[in-house]
Amino acid sequence: MPWRIVVGLKDGVRDARGERVRAEIRRHLGIELESVRTLDVYTVDAELTDDEVAAAANGPFCDPIIQQAAVNQPLAEDFDILIEVGFRPGVTDNVGRTAREAIQYLTGRSFADGEGVYTSTQYLLKGAIDKQAAETIAGDFLANGLIQRWTILTADELDPAKGVPVSVPRVVGSAEPTVRTISLDVSDEQLLAISRDGMLALNLEEMKKLQAYVADPATREKRCARGLSAELTDVELEALAQTWSEHCKHKIFSAKIDYTDENGNRQLIDSLFKTYIVGATARVRENMGERDFCLSVFKDNAGVIRFNDDWSLVFKVETHNSPSALDPYGGALTGIVGVNRDGVGTGMGARLIFNTDVFCFASPFLDKPLPKRLLHPRRIFDGVVEGVEHGGNKSGIPTVNGSIVFDDRFAGKPLVYCGTAAIMPAELNGRPCHEKAVQVGDHIVMTGGRIGKDGIHGATFSSEELHEGSPVTAVQIGDPITQRKMFDFLTIARDRGLYNSMTDNGAGGLSSSIGEMAEDTGGCELHLDRAPLKYPGLQPWEILISEAQERMSLAVPPEKLDEFLQLAKEMDVEATDLGTFTDSGYFHCLYRGETVAWLDMEFLHQGVPQMVIPARWTPKTLREPGLALPQDLSLELSGLLARLNICSKESVIRRYDHEVQAGTVIKPLVGVANDGPSDAAVFRPLLDSFEGTVVSHGICPSYSDIDTYHMMACAIDEGLRNYVAVGGDIEHVAGLDNFCWCDPVQSDKTPDGEYKAAQLVRANQALYDYCVAFGVPLISGKDSMKNDYQIGDTRISIPPTVLFSVIGRIEDVRRAVSMDVKRPDDLVYLLGMTRDELGGSEYYAAHGELGCNVPKVDAGYALDLYKRLNRAQRQGLVASCHDLSDGGLGVALAEKAFAGGFGIRADLTAVRTDAPLRDDALLFSESQSRLLVSVHPELRDDFEAVFAGTDCALIGEVTEDGRLEVTGAGGRVLIDSRIEDLKQAWQAPLREL
Amino acid sequence: MAKEIRAIVIAGNGTNCEREVAHACRLAGAEVADIVHIAELLAGRVRLDDYHFLNLAGGFLDGDDLGSAKAGANRLLHARVADSEEHLADQLQRFVADGKLVMGVCNGFQLMVKMGLLPALDGNYQQQTATLTFNDGGRFEDRWTYLAVDPDSPCVYTRGLPGIYLPVRHGEGKFVPGDDALLERIESGHLAPLRYATAAYQPTMTYPENPNGSVAAIAGVCDPSGRLFGLMPHPEAYVHRTHHPRWTREPELPEEGMGLWLYRNAVEFLRSEVV
Repeated sequence: MPWRIVVGLKDGVRDARGERVRAEIRRHLGIELESVRTLDVYTVDAELTDDEVAAAANGPFCDPIIQQAAVNQPLAEDFDILIEVGFRPGVTDNVGRTAREAIQYLTGRSFADGEGVYTSTQYLLKGAIDKQAAETIAGDFLANGLIQRWTILTADELDPAKGVPVSVPRVVGSAEPTVRTISLDVSDEQLLAISRDGMLALNLEEMKKLQAYVADPATREKRCARGLSAELTDVELEALAQTWSEHCKHKIFSAKIDYTDENGNRQLIDSLFKTYIVGATARVRENMGERDFCLSVFKDNAGVIRFNDDWSLVFKVETHNSPSALDPYGGALTGIVGVNRDGVGTGMGARLIFNTDVFCFASPFLDKPLPKRLLHPRRIFDGVVEGVEHGGNKSGIPTVNGSIVFDDRFAGKPLVYCGTAAIMPAELNGRPCHEKAVQVGDHIVMTGGRIGKDGIHGATFSSEELHEGSPVTAVQIGDPITQRKMFDFLTIARDRGLYNSMTDNGAGGLSSSIGEMAEDTGGCELHLDRAPLKYPGLQPWEILISEAQERMSLAVPPEKLDEFLQLAKEMDVEATDLGTFTDSGYFHCLYRGETVAWLDMEFLHQGVPQMVIPARWTPKTLREPGLALPQDLSLELSGLLARLNICSKESVIRRYDHEVQAGTVIKPLVGVANDGPSDAAVFRPLLDSFEGTVVSHGICPSYSDIDTYHMMACAIDEGLRNYVAVGGDIEHVAGLDNFCWCDPVQSDKTPDGEYKAAQLVRANQALYDYCVAFGVPLISGKDSMKNDYQIGDTRISIPPTVLFSVIGRIEDVRRAVSMDVKRPDDLVYLLGMTRDELGGSEYYAAHGELGCNVPKVDAGYALDLYKRLNRAQRQGLVASCHDLSDGGLGVALAEKAFAGGFGIRADLTAVRTDAPLRDDALLFSESQSRLLVSVHPELRDDFEAVFAGTDCALIGEVTEDGRLEVTGAGGRVLIDSRIEDLKQAWQAPLREL
Repeated sequence: MAKEIRAIVIAGNGTNCEREVAHACRLAGAEVADIVHIAELLAGRVRLDDYHFLNLAGGFLDGDDLGSAKAGANRLLHARVADSEEHLADQLQRFVADGKLVMGVCNGFQLMVKMGLLPALDGNYQQQTATLTFNDGGRFEDRWTYLAVDPDSPCVYTRGLPGIYLPVRHGEGKFVPGDDALLERIESGHLAPLRYATAAYQPTMTYPENPNGSVAAIAGVCDPSGRLFGLMPHPEAYVHRTHHPRWTREPELPEEGMGLWLYRNAVEFLRSEVV
């Protein structure tokens, strides 16, 4: 009989968690409660004595100073409604895992198979609510029905002797392992049905390719010799579907695109990826010649560039959109710990140094009915932030840079970008650390977590209902501590030279990781039955493609195997020998000695047919709105500062540890009160050196509504602008692109596919043009191409969005510059040219307009300015520097002033323009490549000398009076506001989130 | 030649700050500052007895899944050292009895309090008498705090220091003594050398200067000997000018960060009184 241990706070101890839940129920659901208290429940399903359970309850499970524990009886009293929320069977329960280990330490005995500890939380609600309201609170706020289940009891219904009835969420109903075979000798219609019903996501052409493969007599003969029929096994079909998936093969970026531009010129583009992304990098590297700092691009889990003679930098950014839409917490957590594995699993292994995160959400204050199955953006916001918080903080990795972009179309699919950087020695045991190669005969070793049904077929909005007793497959929850232990182990194993290659297990699970590693040798022999499972009952194909987290695959030479496994054991990390890498030319899987998959490596990896996608660019007919000049520009400015895309994100930033590892030199929050918005982060990865790395990003989806070409150009410029603002070296910087698109393939579902595909082409063209012009190589990237919501007739497509992340170097972090003004009488300069470019701006959006004059980038012009800025920074001439982006000059002036705690007096007539501009355009135009700099007066001549002959305009000075005062033509006062008021407007919107 | 000062920083199972703590020990003059994975201690290959200065660094031991440092404390108390009858906790008690130094930062402080190593009145280093629990705000926060120093504290780490400025980065940092009598003895014995304070270094109960609602604004606690010390703020996070959040606007800041002072005091104490 399982035990239930309930732990609660003693009388009189403040329940901070309960108070927060009460406040959030009010905010989320508008339900007012008198009080909420919380209790922790551990359901212990194991062979233990009364004394042992009591020792656990009163030992590791309970803090004797503030808590009390009860075994098999309730602690709940003085409530109206009790809601207990626990996990569904098979969902990762990190606390349960730790609780189980704690009992093992206590008793000195290990749990038997099938024994476990499961956690749940009781919420004791007091207030005038009925069960139906409680159901709403449980379903819409406390729990996520996909991964959790709940029990609701009124005070009368709770058994005073026994408490809430025991229910153990153990996975039950184990099926005997079987391997099915699937005949592809069927009609086209049936082929498509096989793909659809099996969630294989293969199109007809791809299915026919499989059909032809098995129909080939040569294939048949070889299969026959292996004891296989002409029908593919489910293991083979799943392996092919994973390997050929959009996610793994990037079929849209690899497609042939038949592109017609606005003038009717037709162009056949053979792979956007090869043409524009790989093409740009090749060109940039060629142009750099001996200065080329790229070490490993596009071929590994992350890109690698040179940091200095002894160290290399690793950088990768991923998206985790669909999982985050389903379960924001688990999705985001998995996103961050997943990208961490990419960083660690690059080359022979690297040490993580920081994370970045960028989210795109609908407004958390969205006040309209949502289509079916969409979570409210407020829940998405809370869950994602908490997931990234746990993922980063618990892993000991500082989150140093990020942003949140709001657009209500992201209600259809939130975008969750998680980035990570790592550092590796340039050489390891005499060889470049960024290179690795599996050798024939190496053992396939899987380390870290066990395999469950987690994430099989990725997270899809499938219509299948999840039912009691069936493990959740759609959602995964990360486990940062298991992963951290694995990383600690792998670092030691790396330095001792115990393996030849490694990679992470992400999408596609073993199928992808072993499939890719086996390309080095040309084959593998993988014994699926040897893989450690979380619970029995997995089918061989499920073992192969499970996306269970916290796993890495390694190639361990036979002579090192014992040492490797012994070290793992000592460090409490699971490691299992699953077979060997071979040169057979075949991807060979066995289960209990029987062959269950035998696929030609060449066919597996190169067999996928190339898609052909039509694209036609027809620019939209847009015009400028012709707004009347507002009477009160002070009011316009404070209104802009309070817009979600501009306002302070401090409440989120503070929840991330941005300083662990003691390397963060320019923090996300800067200025006199530590609350100004930094442009970029400067990080010192080596504690005994002042060399630093700089990271920043650009993202501007609002411009996509006008032209994705300029959206892309602006994102690149914004990323670089932020980067140079803090002192990043413009000659040692790499880029990383993450495309998030709506489905660009013309079909009944997507009648505007040709337009969306053309938008994609144009963004890629800009990517090539500007990376080459700026001399910035791309080192890695990712695309996520199906960010649409479609149920019934409702379709929501996200605006095409590219996150352009940059990473580079600063010679000496002591030369880094922050954005806040430093002292009165400093001179304020505006670098760059201001144009009538309000199209897609925050100012227009505030007035419900789009416009058409989207900002355009002149890369040569910008590059010259950035180089000069670097020179001025190196000479110590720059007191502060802030980039101009959303909200233009007005917002930048305000932020710079209130962050520094001083006023600024500025004269708009000094601003460099290419044509006469109205005051509102001068203030709020989002023209690119502009920076606002303050300079100590004694350095004026030196500073101006660096910028001689450029658009460097002295527009004002820093004042002591704490006001932002902006004048226009004839000395007319346009803005006169107290900086405290501006700051208040900027801080208010998201302060309480 | 003076004998060398040997510092150890325990790593593993979710400890995160071991590298910067070891760096701080080195900067402070420790000749040895070893980062040792707990597996090495449990395997018996490394022994605490060979060191003078034990550092329990920040992090999330076992994810803080059962409450901060609870599962970690349970492991130290119950895990055996291989091929011996000894628990790691026995080595630790011997280390304390030998008059050596132990400093716990953040999760390390939580660990010390929950194992009973702090405040450890009446020579009892094995019974928990106080705790660190959820911040009043209910959330993890990263922010810099001013800390007033009690000049009359026996704490060897804060000797002679004026107020200091350090970051906190925690969700469970609210110090709660088991009862009023304990608080009274902490106060009268000057066992709370650090308190959250205003910028003028006056102790405060007001958020955010007091970031978690700690009773009596207590940010750090020592044992009556002053050799065992734990604090929620991170001294290893401020050992150089560029760690300070406003270093770009305060040119008068000294090169050396205020957090380093704590480590220097520790090394000096060891050199003069222990080694």
